[in-house]
Amino acid sequence: MTDALKPPQSLIQATDLCLQFGERQILNNVSLNLNAGEIVTLIGPNGAGKTSLVRVVLGLQAASQGTLTRQPNLRIGYMPQKLHIEASLPLSVKRFLQLALRRKSADSLPVILESLQLTGIEHLINNPMHTLSGGETQRVLLARALLRNPDLLVLDEPVQGVDVAGQSRLYQLIADIRDQRGCGVLMVSHDLHLVMAATDTVICLNQHVCCHGHPSSVTEDPAYLELFGQTTHSGIAVYTHHHDHHHDIHGDVEVSDSAAVHESGCEHTHSPAHNRDDKEHRHA
Amino acid sequence: MPEFMWFALLAGCGVALMTGPLGSFAVWRRMAYFGDTLAHSALTGVAFGLILSVNVNLAVTVFCLLLALLLVVLQNNRTIATDTLLGILSHTMLALGLVVVSVFANGWVDLYGFLFGDLLATSASDLVNIAITAGIVLPLLIWLWRPLIAITVHEELAQVEGVPVAWVRTTLMLMMALVIAVAMKVVGVLLITALLIIPAAASRRLVKTPEQMAICASAIGMLAIAGGLAISFYWDTPAGPSAVLCASGFFALSLAKKPAL
Repeated sequence: MTDALKPPQSLIQATDLCLQFGERQILNNVSLNLNAGEIVTLIGPNGAGKTSLVRVVLGLQAASQGTLTRQPNLRIGYMPQKLHIEASLPLSVKRFLQLALRRKSADSLPVILESLQLTGIEHLINNPMHTLSGGETQRVLLARALLRNPDLLVLDEPVQGVDVAGQSRLYQLIADIRDQRGCGVLMVSHDLHLVMAATDTVICLNQHVCCHGHPSSVTEDPAYLELFGQTTHSGIAVYTHHHDHHHDIHGDVEVSDSAAVHESGCEHTHSPAHNRDDKEHRHA
Repeated sequence: MPEFMWFALLAGCGVALMTGPLGSFAVWRRMAYFGDTLAHSALTGVAFGLILSVNVNLAVTVFCLLLALLLVVLQNNRTIATDTLLGILSHTMLALGLVVVSVFANGWVDLYGFLFGDLLATSASDLVNIAITAGIVLPLLIWLWRPLIAITVHEELAQVEGVPVAWVRTTLMLMMALVIAVAMKVVGVLLITALLIIPAAASRRLVKTPEQMAICASAIGMLAIAGGLAISFYWDTPAGPSAVLCASGFFALSLAKKPAL
C-alpha cells in the first residue's frame, strides 16, 4: 500500500491558540494537530473551554492569538451539542436532513436513507423533529453530519443523554465510520474519565492543555470493572490523567512535580465541585 | 361594492401575502418583540417625515430599515438581553413618536389612523407602494428560502455548512422592516405584530412543512382581511382591528384540530 508510506495529512493544525472574552481567559496557548483518520477526544471540567476550542476550529469564533491552519477545501460535518427546534416549526427528520444537502434533488432520498440506516433510525424519517428524544436527536444530528461526506467530523458531546449501552454503540459506530471513510474526528466528551475506545489521542483541557495521551482499554481498568462488572461496553475506554500539577481549592495551579512548571502564567477558575472531581483523578 | 373597498381589499391581501411567510419566521424565530419594536418606531418615522417635510411613507420605510440594521448590530454584541433591549427601544420609540407628533404636527396628523390603521382610505399610490414592496420581498423570500430555513433551525450548523448566516439574517430583518412600513397602512402600528403572528400561529396545526405553513398563513391573513372589511362595512367598525379579530377567530378555530405534524 503506497498510502501507508505517505505522511499523514494534517486536517487541522492549531498552534498556541488563545481566546479571551474581556478579562476572562478561555483558552491559553492551546495547540492541536489532527490528521486524516485520527480520532482526538477533548475532555475537561465544565468551563474548561472545550466548546470554545471547537468553535475556533470550526471558524465560528476567531481566536485572540495563535494560528489555525485548515486543509484547503476541508469539508466538515458538525454535530452541535444542542439542537432546539421550536414546536411551531413543522419540520420532519427527512426535511431536516435535506437542509445539509446543497440542492433539493430527487436523488436525495437514498442518501438520506443510507445515513439514517447507518445511525439506526430510519424508522424516524417522517417524524417531526420537535418530538424526538435526546438520544434520537443525537443520532439525527450525527446522520446530518455524515450526509456531507466530511473529511473531518466535529462532534460536541455526541453521547450526552444516551445510556451506557447506547453510548457504546454510538462510539462503535463513529469508529466504524472513521475506519470506512478515513475521516478525522474531533470529539468533545462529556465525561472526564470515560472516552471512546478508538480514540487515538485524549486531550485534557482546562484553559490550557493539562495533559494528553492514549486511553487504556476499559476491561483492563480495575476501577471500571468494580463499578460495572464484566460487561461488554467495548466502545468505551478509560483515560488516566497524568497531570504534573494540581488545581488547589482556589483553582490555582500547584506544581506537584518539580520537573516541569506547566503553563505557569495561566489562571484556573475551578469551582470547588471540580476540585473534588480532580481529587478523584489518579494523578501520576 | 364601492371602489374604496376594492382598494382596501387589494392592499390588505397584498400585505397578507408577505406577512404570511415573514410572520412564520417571526413565530419560528421568536421575533414577535422585534416586530413590535420596528412597528412602534414607525411612528417616530412618521414624526420625522413631517418635521423634515419629506414623503411620510418614504420616511417611515427608511427609518424602519435603519432601525432594523441598528438592531442587528446591537444583537451581535450582547451586553444586555435581547428582550430587554427591544423592550426599551420599542416603547422609547413609541413615546418619542407620540410626543414629537403632538408637538410638531398637532392637528395635521391623524394619529388614530397611524395607531390603528386606515385601510378604508387606501389610495392608488398606497397600492403601488404595496405592489413594489411585494415585488422586492416575495422574490427575495423564494430565493433565500433554503438558507432562511437553515439558519432558523440552527445558525451555527448552517454556518459550518457554508450558509452566509450574517447576511441572510440581516436580509430577513430588512424584509421584516420593509413589510412593517407598508403594513402600517392596513392595521396601524399597534396591531402589525398581530398580522404577522396570528395567521402564522393559526396555520401551524393545519400543515406539515414550513412552506405549507407560510402559504397557509398568507391565505388565513387574506381571509382575515376580507372578514374584517366585511364586518367594518356592515357594522361600521374600524377595519384593521376587525381584521385582527377575524385572525384571532381563525386561530381559536385551529386549536380544535389535532396537529398534522
